[in-house]
Amino acid sequence: MNGERVIDVRDLNKHFGDKHVVRNVSLQVDRGEIFGFLGPNGSGKTTTIRMVCGLLTPDSGRGTCLGYDILRESEKIKREAGYMTQKFSFWDDLSIRENLDFVARMYGMRPRRKIVDDALAQLGLVDRAEQLTGALSGGWKQRLALAACMLHRPKLLLLDEPTAGVDPSARRDFWEELHRLAAQGISVLVSTHYMDEAERCHKLAYIAYGELLAQGTAAEVAAAQKLSTWIVHGEDLGALAEALKKSPGVEQTVLFGAALHASGRDGAALERSLREATAGTACRLERTDTGLEDVFIHLMNHAVDRTGFRK
Amino acid sequence: MKTLWTFSFSRWWAMVLKEFLQLKRDRITFGMVIGIPLAQLVLFGYAINTDPKHMPTAVIAADRSEFTRSFISAMEQTDYFRIVGEYPDEATGRKALLRGEAMFVLNVPADFTRDLLRGDRPALLVEADATDPVATGTALGAVEQIARSVARKDVGGSLAYLAEGEPPFAVHVHRLFNPEANSRNNIVPGLMGTILTLMMVLMTGLTMTRERERGTMENLLAMPVRPFEVMAGKIVPYIFIGLLQATLIQLAARFVFQVPFVGSVAALYFAALLFVAANLTVGITLSSIAKNQLQAMQMTFFYFLPNMLLSGFMFPFQGMPKWAQCIGNVLPLTYFNRLVRAIFLKGSAWGDLWPNVWPMMVFTVIVMAVAVKFYRKTLD
Repeated sequence: MNGERVIDVRDLNKHFGDKHVVRNVSLQVDRGEIFGFLGPNGSGKTTTIRMVCGLLTPDSGRGTCLGYDILRESEKIKREAGYMTQKFSFWDDLSIRENLDFVARMYGMRPRRKIVDDALAQLGLVDRAEQLTGALSGGWKQRLALAACMLHRPKLLLLDEPTAGVDPSARRDFWEELHRLAAQGISVLVSTHYMDEAERCHKLAYIAYGELLAQGTAAEVAAAQKLSTWIVHGEDLGALAEALKKSPGVEQTVLFGAALHASGRDGAALERSLREATAGTACRLERTDTGLEDVFIHLMNHAVDRTGFRK
Repeated sequence: MKTLWTFSFSRWWAMVLKEFLQLKRDRITFGMVIGIPLAQLVLFGYAINTDPKHMPTAVIAADRSEFTRSFISAMEQTDYFRIVGEYPDEATGRKALLRGEAMFVLNVPADFTRDLLRGDRPALLVEADATDPVATGTALGAVEQIARSVARKDVGGSLAYLAEGEPPFAVHVHRLFNPEANSRNNIVPGLMGTILTLMMVLMTGLTMTRERERGTMENLLAMPVRPFEVMAGKIVPYIFIGLLQATLIQLAARFVFQVPFVGSVAALYFAALLFVAANLTVGITLSSIAKNQLQAMQMTFFYFLPNMLLSGFMFPFQGMPKWAQCIGNVLPLTYFNRLVRAIFLKGSAWGDLWPNVWPMMVFTVIVMAVAVKFYRKTLD
């Protein structure tokens, strides 16, 4: 990592009709960095990614991607960036080889035949190369899509929820591949809903209702919210969670089967409420570091509180 | 079994409301619901007239007299004929028929009046472009009538005896290009353009919306490919399909329907190529404008309707009022129908085809420009 900015966009805004779906979003991604993009559904992640790669024109804002202006030089960005859409967007009625071949032709890759063969070999799909892509399972489609958007050796990968609906071992393989690419100097902007994936990113950004609420390393994002979190071990935690909801200092509770996470910014008040609620029960209290999940749920609730229900 | 017969009024009403709401929001369908019946009413009620009037007629008058003038003005008074010009000789008259500038040529032979006065029963010659027998049929019938009435009125006085009985002169009618007045010879070649219009516009109309609906458009847009490349690339396969269809129709016309073919095959393919290109650009344009495949389909039929009715395929072009002819003049099918009939039945030479060739070229270029303009380079 040499600090070279690959994505540097500022104050991006986008409206769809009267909906303000992206509000003043600024993002900075460095070379060789895996940058995780998190947020609830409909928060503007896809829209932001599309603006970065020139598929959507921002209503206002400016910035560069790979050193090119996102407003005026999207043709050049398209040539050097690889974009993997959220929904599988290769042609189901073409064979696997035909899809890769099409992509190779689009980017004028040479020698085309060898590049496609290598990609198929790397995918382990040589035997199935002539099968129709529509026949592939979700996990294979995702691997094919990644291979296809990597085919022209982009310097930047924009991946929109690439692992949605993919099984855990395939996800782990996928992330190992991403880190291998990042080590080669390729930058990755990846949106995800999975916390374990968020933790594997070099940096994170959290977006809700179109607003960027936090940005930085996982530790920075967690620390910035100044949350204290306690774990309650015990039984009948559902009732306890209900009881705690209105207690002072308890801003959120999250149930994890045999454990209950309770967080709040006022650590002292939180501890007092917990001690009161669990007094005389078999529950055991334990202070813990605030995890990303707790932080994101907090951010999300906070966003609603602050902005009201915006649709 | 009982559940089969239960009916919930509120559930049914909920469905009714939902359908109305969806219909209200689907502007295109709503427009078609209103537009198609209106268009059909207007077209069938006003535009379509199988008894066409004011057909362009040329005169070759080798003999000028009071009598020939009154014959010509009687022709004009029938409303069937509109005199568009005078030609010096038969060759130029024939050429006008080949180019479609005139549908009738009245030929008054030299010494016609002298022979008439002598009681030699001379003959007038009316040459008609009978490629569309419906259009020319009634008009030719009217010519016979004129012969009788003009003779009765003008040949009075000492020659009054001539007016009795048989008319004092004959009118010979030559039905050119389709002498048996076989309407199949007119309709079958016309089918080529009609079928090509529907197939070409429909097939290309669906291609871009299909990409959009399947989500593959996003992928295509993320690649460094230019709008013109996408469109031209999508058009090419359909050019071959179009030429294949043209071949099938041509062979069926000649060998199944026995339609005479006197023109050049090369000219036919040249015309078909231009026409297919024109329609493909229309399809691609609709495809870029339509939001989904259904809309593309609806727009195709919207485009198809005036093509079928106003291009001279179904009803004689000359039988339509001015405004309907104006619409017809914008449609490439109007020109293609004329070209195909000219090639099949008249054997027109390349030069005679030109007046109907250039409008298709202009149409294609303009529509292609519209298509490229409407192609969305982003997902906005």
